[in-house]
Order: sequence, then structure tokens, then C-alpha cells
Amino acid sequence: MTEPKKHIHLAAHFPGVNNTTVWADPRSGSQIDFSSFEHLARTAERGTFDFFFLAEGLRLREHKGRIHDLDVVGRPESITLLNALAAVTDRLGLAATVNATFNEPYETARRFASLDHLSGGRAAWNVVTSPDAFTGENFRRGGYLDRGDRYSRAAEFVATARQLWDSWPPGGEPRPFAHHGRHFRVEGTFGVPRSPQGHPVVIQAGDSGEGREFAASCADVAFTRHGTLEAGRAFYADVKGRLAAYGREPGDLKIMPGVTFVLGDTAAEAQEKAAEIRHRQISPQNAILALEQVWGRDLSGYDPDGPLPDIDPDPESALAQGRVKIADPFATAAKWRALSEAKGLSIRQTVIENTGRQSFIGTPQTVAAELDAFVQGGAADGFILVPHLTPGGLDDFVDQVVPLLRERGAFRTEYGGSTLRSHLGLHTPA
Amino acid sequence: MPAPLVRSPVHLAVAIDGAGHYDAAHFTALARLAERGTLDFVTLGDSFARPGLDAPAVLARVAPATERIGLVPAVNTTHTEPFHVSSAIATLDWVSRGRAGWSPEVSTTETEARLFGRRPAANAADAWHEAGEVADVAARLWDSWEDDAEIRDESTGRFVDRDKLHHVDFEGRTFSVRGPAIVPRPPQGHPVTVIDATAARPRAAAVRHADVALVRTQDPLSARTTRQELRDRARAHGRDPERLRVLGSVPVELHTTADAVELAALIGDWHAQGAVDGFHLRPADPERDLGLLVGATVPVLQHRCLLRRFYPGATLREHLGLARPVNQYALTGGSPS
Repeated sequence: MTEPKKHIHLAAHFPGVNNTTVWADPRSGSQIDFSSFEHLARTAERGTFDFFFLAEGLRLREHKGRIHDLDVVGRPESITLLNALAAVTDRLGLAATVNATFNEPYETARRFASLDHLSGGRAAWNVVTSPDAFTGENFRRGGYLDRGDRYSRAAEFVATARQLWDSWPPGGEPRPFAHHGRHFRVEGTFGVPRSPQGHPVVIQAGDSGEGREFAASCADVAFTRHGTLEAGRAFYADVKGRLAAYGREPGDLKIMPGVTFVLGDTAAEAQEKAAEIRHRQISPQNAILALEQVWGRDLSGYDPDGPLPDIDPDPESALAQGRVKIADPFATAAKWRALSEAKGLSIRQTVIENTGRQSFIGTPQTVAAELDAFVQGGAADGFILVPHLTPGGLDDFVDQVVPLLRERGAFRTEYGGSTLRSHLGLHTPA
Repeated sequence: MPAPLVRSPVHLAVAIDGAGHYDAAHFTALARLAERGTLDFVTLGDSFARPGLDAPAVLARVAPATERIGLVPAVNTTHTEPFHVSSAIATLDWVSRGRAGWSPEVSTTETEARLFGRRPAANAADAWHEAGEVADVAARLWDSWEDDAEIRDESTGRFVDRDKLHHVDFEGRTFSVRGPAIVPRPPQGHPVTVIDATAARPRAAAVRHADVALVRTQDPLSARTTRQELRDRARAHGRDPERLRVLGSVPVELHTTADAVELAALIGDWHAQGAVDGFHLRPADPERDLGLLVGATVPVLQHRCLLRRFYPGATLREHLGLARPVNQYALTGGSPS
């Protein structure tokens, strides 16, 4: 008897504010009109995806003290948008990224419980933390938390939210709650009855040791990025291995890397399209900007088609604001230089080589086979797909790849249940 | 100078508050009913201290299920982040294609303060001062993107013109915001600000920040005096009083068609006296009362040409006859009126 095939979990990321979106493409539409979100969400639901995923922005990025102007920028607030999408979809899970650094547990728990009620059990919360005082300048507390505090606040934040969600027994009257911890001291009566999922699904993004531990201790889904099958397997084994310490089973946490894809009628055509997309994502201006983010210096005098600078990075630089800092600029610069010299690459070519994320490039058949291989091979439970076009970037995948995944017996042909927890095969919390 | 007599039509809004409802279908049905009656907007109350869903969430859920009706959730400004509030309401305007408003409110109880554990309960004076600052910074954030900031200029590789994005650099008593917004300027420029101006402290905020002021009274003469006061004070703050709508906020309880016709007579009477620009009706039982309101009161008012029969515009500002605000950061040398 053969083992039944693992089912792939698929989610759709709305390609928001970054340079993955090829905004100059004539097919690129609005990143803010509701119709764009409706199109992508309906496409994902047609493809029986588990959920639709929105990132968050809390401060516009700045570079050299000026607002960054090269990439797509401007987006709606996630939870409000997802409540509206709940009106035009029936089964699709709805995931919002909400920061645990610049929000408070009572309000956040209430907003997600409201989304869960209003969507009939489809809410998910991607918990992130924010590293910088730069973002904090938009908020009451201001805000710098050091790395350790950020994660301990996030863990206590999620635990507090769950305590609030649990304070209404199913069908019962609310019981008063009280939480007196290191970061929060809250008490009273929660205002929303137990929602259809009990607890909205909790997603965690981030790959540091603290992030992995946080995911193992309290997340339902981990959103990762890993370039290769081997790296994916190592991460998967590591994080799944940490679950037992928290009394959890391996199936209690789904690991879903964010990936891009390019489809073609032939392998060669797909590779050609992929190269063209990367070229358009990294314009000459974007190449210099990416270099400046690593070097922390003004490199506007360099030719994007010329060689890398031979000066050292400035580790104290505050040139780039509002983006995760490069941990070790010297090591990154050395790696880029070595690659550039070995392959004879220009600045722009080097940036193109170094800034891509996991991509599945090929014919619908080979992409379906590769995705399946990642899941059956223990490197992921599924994927969060990041299209490079708004809003039609998922159309070809759903029309061409999803039917092949279904033929392989690796993906559902229809939704089995009505809640996101049921799509993900997660227990409803007691 | 006395206020000019109120002109037709009567502006009508209705509260769809109701405890114990947590399903989207309930709220959608009420909003659709109000839309059938061509009302200007629905309001939905909110409080952290009592059971109920988040009001902006409910009305965002209602937005795609309706076409024209304005959507005005109550929003607490005491325990929330002004930056998040401005983003959520701008987003409500985007998802409703220009039908959003918001009703800033405050919280002064220990019970609510303890739910957050972040700051002690504020007194009403401080809380309303802060609510005014939140309204101010929200408007600045909505303006922090000029309407044509997105340029998608392939020749220079620029997606936005950074000269049309503005830091707001707001410093209030209790918070500061650097800006600019994350959400581009919403369709209405500014979603409509509705403030219950019955009490003195919110009234001080309303004369500075409200597009629509609600006044709870049962008496047309006092309503007329209050409307005059609100307009005078708005003018004293450098505002055009023609851009402030004053609605009488009255409780209604309709059991029969006769009650509904009587309400129409009352509305017509207040209108004839020039007391208010319209009404915010607060039904005792929205499901029952709204049916009679739309089925009987509205047709009588339409018959008397006091209420429109269809929506001539698409946005809440258009329903209210309020112009789209000029962007406070845009250079005045341009074309906006």
C-alpha cells in the first residue's frame, strides 16, 4: 500500500510595495483600486487556494533622506481591505499582516475576531515585528525595541490575544480576563463572542533563531524563503523538530515559502521570460539603489553597466530607512564582488543575480512537478505565490498549473470545508 | 448674520446600531434597505466597553454589497493609533469607491483604559482635545499624497513623484506623526467627518473638523439656535459655514404606517422652520423601524419634494452637497478651485 500523497497548500500574495512588481508592463494595473484586489482574490478562490495574503506598510521607505520613488508604493490597510474582500469571496482565507510592535492586543484581537465573524471563519493574522525607530516615528510610543524585546513582546501579544479569544466559551457568556505580563497589563471583558475558527489562524514570517522558535511555539503557518530544495529541507526539519518541545505535532505548523514563478510553453521560453522580468525589476536606477543599500554610501556616480566599486561599505550608514538592514554589509559586499569577478558581471547583472527569490521557472508541467517534489520531499507544506503583475499575475498559474497539480493528486479539486483552518487541516482550538 | 433658511433637499441618515448581531448578513440587509430609501448614509456605533464587532470592519464588509449609501463607522480616538485610524478610514473610502465617513469618539472610562493597560483614563476635555488632533492629523495624512503623485514614468524609472508626497510632521500633546501616509489620497480627498456636537467638548471639535455635525434635540427652535452657533463658530475658525451640514439626531420608534407618516410630517415641519439641514434617525429597533421608514416615511417626503428619488452622485460628499477638499499641501498656483 502506498502512502497517500501530501496535499499542497497554496496561497496568493498580492504583490504590493517592492520591486517584484513590473509596474511598467502594459498589463500592470492599479495597486490600490479595490477591483485589483477583487480580481486576484477571485482568481485565487477559483484555484481553490487556501488563502490570500497581504503585507503591511507603516512608513514609506527613504533613501538618502528622501522618499524612495522607484518602486510601487501606496497600499490599503490590510484588515479593512480583507473585510471588503469577504463580501466578494466565499471560501478563500484572508490573511493580514499586523505588526505586534505598533499595535495593542485588545484592539488587534478584536479586529481579527471581527474579521473572522464577518468572513464566516476565514481570518488569518501574519504576526510581524518592527525593528526601527524610523517606523516608530508614526506612532504614539515612538518606538525602538531591541531584537529580544521585539520577539518577547510578539509572543506575549499572541498569547494575550488568544486569552481574549478564549474568554468567550462557545455559545456562552464572556468571562473576565486578566493578563499581567512583562509587556502588557490588561484586564476586563472581551467584546466579541467566540468566532467561527475559535482562534484566527496565526502566521509567522521570519527566519532568525528567535523567529523559528516563535513559529514553533505559537504559529499555525510559517512564511519563509528558501532558495533550494536542500535549504528548504534543512529549515523544514529544524522548525518541525522544535514543535515537540511545545507539546505540538509536526502537522500543527504548515511551512509555506514565498515563491515566484514564470511559465512558458517551453523551458527555453520560460527562462527567456524570467530573464526579461528580472531585467525589468532591476532598472539601472534600482541597481544603483540596491548597491547603495549594501554599501551604505552614495554610489550615484557609478555606471550600472560597469564594475562594482572597490571601496568598502560604511557599516554605520543610515542611508536606507524602512527596510530590513543588511546584517553584515562587508560579507555581502565581498560575496557580490567575488561573483561579479568570477562571472564578469556588471553592477546591474550582479544585483539581478543576487536579489532574486525562489523561483519556479518552466512549462506548467515542470513547474507542477517541481512544486510537488518540494512538498513530497519534505521541503515545504505548500507555497505563498508572489506574482510579478497586478492584478492578473495569477491567472496563468490557476488556469495552467492548478489543473496539473490536481491531476497529480497533489491538490484539492474543491474546498472541503468553509473555514481557513479546515483548508489548512488545522484543529479548531479547544 | 442669521443663517440662511435651509434649502431642499433634506439630508437623511440612519443609525443601524444593534447589540447582539455578529453576522454580516444582518448589517448588509439594513444598509441595502437604507440605500433603497436613497438615504445619505448609515452610521454604526462602536465601543470597546460593550459587546459588538469593530464598526469600520462591519462597514467595509458592507461596502461591496452596496452601491451608493454612505458608510460612517464610529472610531475611538483615545486608545487607538492615529496613523492606523487614518489608514483604515482611507481604505474604507477606497473599497467603497468614495462612500466613507467616520465619527471620531473618545473614551473616558477606567474600564476601557484597563482593556489597553497603556494609559490612564482621560478626562473629557483632554480626550476631546486629542480627538481634534486626531481629526487634524488624519486630514493631513489623507493630503500627504497629492492626487497625481503616482506617475509611472518609465523614462526616469520613477513610480511616484516624491515632490508630491509630504511628511506631515505633526506634533500634538499626546502623540506625533511623521508621515506621509501609506494609503494614497482617498477618492473623496477626505472621507466625511461626522461628529455628535450635542455636548460642549465634542462641539468644539466639530466646529473645527466636522463636515456633518449631529445635534441631539427634540425641539426645532433649539436646533435652529444650535445650527446658527455651529455655523458662526465654524466661520470664526476660518471655515465656510456652507460646508458644514447640521443634522438633528432624533430617536425614532415606528410601529405602524401612521407613525411613519407622522415622522414625515415632523421632518417637513422642522424643514419649513429652517431648523436643520436634515436628520440622523436613531431607530429603537433598526430592522422594524427602517422598513417602515423606507416604505412609508421616504415616499411621503419624496412626494413633497423634500427628498430626492435617486442618487444623482456616487460619493458621500456628492450626496451631502459637499465639495471635494483641496489638498492642503498642493501648490496654490495650480488649477484646483
